Amino acid sequence: MTQIQEVSLDEIRHLVSDRAISGETMLLNMGPQHPSTHGVLRLLLELDGETVVNCIPDIGFLHTGIEKNMEAKTYQKAEVMTDRMDYMNTVGNNFTYSLAVEKLIGLDVPPRAQALRVILAELTRIQSHLVWLGTSALDVAAMSVFLYCFREREEVLHIMELVSGQRMMTTYIRPGGVWRDVPVEFEKAVRDFLKIIPQRIDEYEAMLTKNPLFLDRTLGIGPISAEDATNWGLTGATLRASGVNYDLRRFAPYSGYEQYDFDVPLRTEGDVYARYIVRMEEMRQSVRIIQQALDKLPLGPVRSNNHKFVPPPRSEIGTSMEALIHHFKLWTEGFSAPQGSVYVATESPRGELGCYLESDGGPKPYRVHFRTPSFDNLQVLPFLSKGFLVADLVAIVGSVDIVLGDIDR
Amino acid sequence: MDWWLILEWLIKSIVLVLVLLTGFAYLTLFERRVLAFMQARIGPNRAGPQGILQPIADAVKLIFKEELTPGQVVKAIFVLAPIVTVVPAVVIAAVIPWGPTVEMFGRTINLSIADIDLGILYIAATASIAVYGIVLAGWSSNNKYAMLGGLRSSAQVISYELTLALCFVLVTLLTGSMRAMDIVEAQRTMWFFFIQPVGGLIFLVATLAEVNRAPFDMPEAEQELTAGYHSEYAGMKFALFFMAEYIKMIAISAIAAMLFFGGYREFPFLQNTWFSVDQNWWLGPLYMFAKVLVLLFFMVWIRATLPRMRYDRLMAFGWKVMLPLSLALVFISALGIMLQMLWIIPILSIAVGLVFVGFINRSLTMKRR
Repeated sequence: MTQIQEVSLDEIRHLVSDRAISGETMLLNMGPQHPSTHGVLRLLLELDGETVVNCIPDIGFLHTGIEKNMEAKTYQKAEVMTDRMDYMNTVGNNFTYSLAVEKLIGLDVPPRAQALRVILAELTRIQSHLVWLGTSALDVAAMSVFLYCFREREEVLHIMELVSGQRMMTTYIRPGGVWRDVPVEFEKAVRDFLKIIPQRIDEYEAMLTKNPLFLDRTLGIGPISAEDATNWGLTGATLRASGVNYDLRRFAPYSGYEQYDFDVPLRTEGDVYARYIVRMEEMRQSVRIIQQALDKLPLGPVRSNNHKFVPPPRSEIGTSMEALIHHFKLWTEGFSAPQGSVYVATESPRGELGCYLESDGGPKPYRVHFRTPSFDNLQVLPFLSKGFLVADLVAIVGSVDIVLGDIDR
Repeated sequence: MDWWLILEWLIKSIVLVLVLLTGFAYLTLFERRVLAFMQARIGPNRAGPQGILQPIADAVKLIFKEELTPGQVVKAIFVLAPIVTVVPAVVIAAVIPWGPTVEMFGRTINLSIADIDLGILYIAATASIAVYGIVLAGWSSNNKYAMLGGLRSSAQVISYELTLALCFVLVTLLTGSMRAMDIVEAQRTMWFFFIQPVGGLIFLVATLAEVNRAPFDMPEAEQELTAGYHSEYAGMKFALFFMAEYIKMIAISAIAAMLFFGGYREFPFLQNTWFSVDQNWWLGPLYMFAKVLVLLFFMVWIRATLPRMRYDRLMAFGWKVMLPLSLALVFISALGIMLQMLWIIPILSIAVGLVFVGFINRSLTMKRR
């Protein structure tokens, strides 16, 4: 005989309504193993029929202790961990961290490295949006879009492999510049990609934007007003879909974003469809930025030549005593950053990605904290999904675009 | 008692069941390859040339998989549910004629198992039994996802059976008989799809809902309900559900071909040529096979293209669009037959269909604002 287990609701009594306690509504565990929670998000749902009465996100299943781990590593070595946070925006994480370190120690970055950083960050943005588009289209069961998106994403990953030898965890952007100059094939590879991607984006739009079934699933679903969105601390496309014009690349430009001409796409409805439109348009704008950056890519060094902080080139180590000493010092004890704290924010594909560094003057950061957009955007989920159906909840989770590695860190 | 008749039935039944079972196995391969082709990937091509042994490998895997039965399920119903689902799917094909009447071994043989007078009624009755299997599977699994799947399935069937039945009425009106053979022969000069195009399209949409195919695969909806009603099934019991879905796809495609696309008949313009079924009876099953294949291809194509509908929207669509539209079509057909002017049926029904499309479009654009 099977044993009947008594399930107690006492632990979550404060989270659910009284109707759940009396058994009038149903409590349903969605995740952490569920195809549409984009990783290991667990949602505790209180359902009335299929209508969501209450949605309680439960995070932490992917906790890796990255921030804590970074405190035990020198500034250079800690960077490798940032790749693993938001695994859809690896270059962007390196970028933010490098900017923070540079601000802490006051390091200048040569213009070529700045332009390369922009190109790679925008390529990553396209790649991340492609994955978002594919998975959120898959959430409403438009399965072909998913595979088309991954076909194009593959091209970006090839470019990443070309420049860094790694497809995803590149650690290519380093404090003081980039790892090394891009190979000669880089420009052609990027230009080829830029040639195909606009028409591919048109293809995705042809499959979804005017599709009545897609409109039916997205229009008016999970709306949020500009005021609410600001109050909940949303950033990124989720915020801009509500009509708040906030893009860090435009309003607090870094790494030379001010030289490039691009639009910040805005919608006012704030529903799933608006977020979709905004992200699609953002991909096109990224293409524009890459095009401009590539056209005026300056020549010159790609790393700062302040060898107190940046390792000297390999060729110098054999001939220069100084270089050898720097090399030895940097790879054994690292460099010491001046005491103080900095906060640097960049526009990741998901929103404002901030890096807070606190230094006690030693070679290792005293405290590292990332303000990750997925974490802040996820908390709005209960607000967005209330009163919608389970099927809509899936679409809403997709539209907020969370990456669990980014949330749990 | 005519023992030869029983032998004839036996042989025909065995052949049909074998055809359906192999058809199911190769339909899975067909679907996967076609989907792969549409989605810029390769699909299964390792087992045998072009993957033709893949279904066998799948079958072996499923048979030898562990049969898991979760605790606290209602055992009897849990075991019964897959059977209740799969049997009607096979049985429904009994009335479908696969070819004309043949003279063979000095006997007259019908190329269908049961040539009953109420063939259409039989189809309508059998088709809806399968949903009991799904509801019972969802209910007995002791799983909330499965239960939601079962609930969705029943809601879906209620919304779609009426439209489906009215499409049967359309065909019955045009034929004047419910016998499958008569329906096919009545399409000798003109397929019903050309007389009643909107009816044919509605029927195809309703069949998608009937067999739980995308975009109406809400009972399964892996993105929402993980696997819906068969979440808790493993091994051969799962395979039975799988089998039921695909056999039903074949059967319902054959029914659609029979009702609206001339069944085993050739194209009307090939009537008095060598390609006519009247001259070479063995062309009948081939034509049927080709038509079923085309319809199945459309089902796969739709799955690759369209997002899933929400289940409340599906019910709204069923009750507010499909049902009034099919009622209007029945009225138009009856009018055309009464006035003995068949040509007004396609014109009027296309007009009515366009009006409905206009309404749907307007409601969507209103939502956009």
